[in-house]
Amino acid sequence: MSGQSQRLNVVPTVTMLGIMKARLVGATRGHALLKKKSDALTVQFRQILKNIVSTKESMGDVMKNSSFALTEAKYVAGENIKLTVRENVQSAALKVRSYQENVAGVKLPKFEYFIDGESNKNDLTGLARGGQQVQACKAAYVKAIELLVELATLQTSFLTLDEAIKTTNRRVNALENVVKPRIENTISYIKGELDELEREDFFRLKKIQGYKRREVERQREAAKAYAEEKFAEEISLKRGISVNSAHNMLSHGMQKDEDIIF
Amino acid sequence: MANKPQIRTSSSALIAMIADEDTITGFLLAGVGNVDLRRKTNYLIVDSKTTVKQIEDAFKEFTTREDIAVVLISQYVANMIRFLVDSYNKPIPAILEIPSKDHPCDPAHDSVLSRVKYLFSTESVASGRR
Repeated sequence: MSGQSQRLNVVPTVTMLGIMKARLVGATRGHALLKKKSDALTVQFRQILKNIVSTKESMGDVMKNSSFALTEAKYVAGENIKLTVRENVQSAALKVRSYQENVAGVKLPKFEYFIDGESNKNDLTGLARGGQQVQACKAAYVKAIELLVELATLQTSFLTLDEAIKTTNRRVNALENVVKPRIENTISYIKGELDELEREDFFRLKKIQGYKRREVERQREAAKAYAEEKFAEEISLKRGISVNSAHNMLSHGMQKDEDIIF
Repeated sequence: MANKPQIRTSSSALIAMIADEDTITGFLLAGVGNVDLRRKTNYLIVDSKTTVKQIEDAFKEFTTREDIAVVLISQYVANMIRFLVDSYNKPIPAILEIPSKDHPCDPAHDSVLSRVKYLFSTESVASGRR
């Protein structure tokens, strides 16, 4: 792929020059704005990154605790607790709400967990034995769910921001390396063509001026010569002789008259 | 600007689970389980008898269902359908890998965490992604 940036194919007129200049201004401003947006997004991105790492680590611990609590409950309340719990499943009490948050112009999805408020059939589990362990286990798992929902939020924001940063960077690079050089080349081409046309016109003008001047000179010469002849004629007429006729008689006489013997 | 895929906003969405029995029991105890009228559940218990195909089908179903916002999946189960998990790139529902009792959380395999670690280390070393 050649690194040369082409220029746009346009008619090199003054209007086009104006249009191209406006476009260049627009491209420059857009480039600056997009760069700022990309920077803002990157800052957000780094923050989320840090949060994700720390949350994942704490999640590992929390899961361990909850599994522990579950084992305790199983030990105390008997193995049948699993089946009891499974039978009791109806509709979920813990649900997640998703909404969008606008961060630096990018819509990020966020999850919020909430309790639906229906009474759990599971409240009665372990009534026979080990009720306390079961409740403790339940609390541990609810806490785990909270953390997990938060982690899910972070993860989705991370993925969405990643995409957004990539697109923005792509646009910034495109503006910087393709669009602006192209417009600049077009502008210099138009300017060159306009200059050339101007030079052509100028040259043509000069040439025509030259012709005209020469014409005027020649006419003046001709007029001067004619005027001089006329003046000479007038003077000779006043003296009573016509120079021309005298001249004619003489030359005539020398040729035809044979009587005159000299 | 091309149309960005719409992010679903819902006021109440479920948390789906694909994990081993103990983990599922714990979460069901907490009240995450849901069985609707057609006896469809939002969880899948994976034990030694479950085939990979079943897990794949459940995963695909959970990710295409409208009312599921989060999918929790045990890490060793995720390893079984690694290619599906890795090729999944929609923001919602969010796929979260959780450790199980027998297999502690291994950051090398977690699809998101590995990218996070990679970016984190690049950022601490060089000037960052740009």
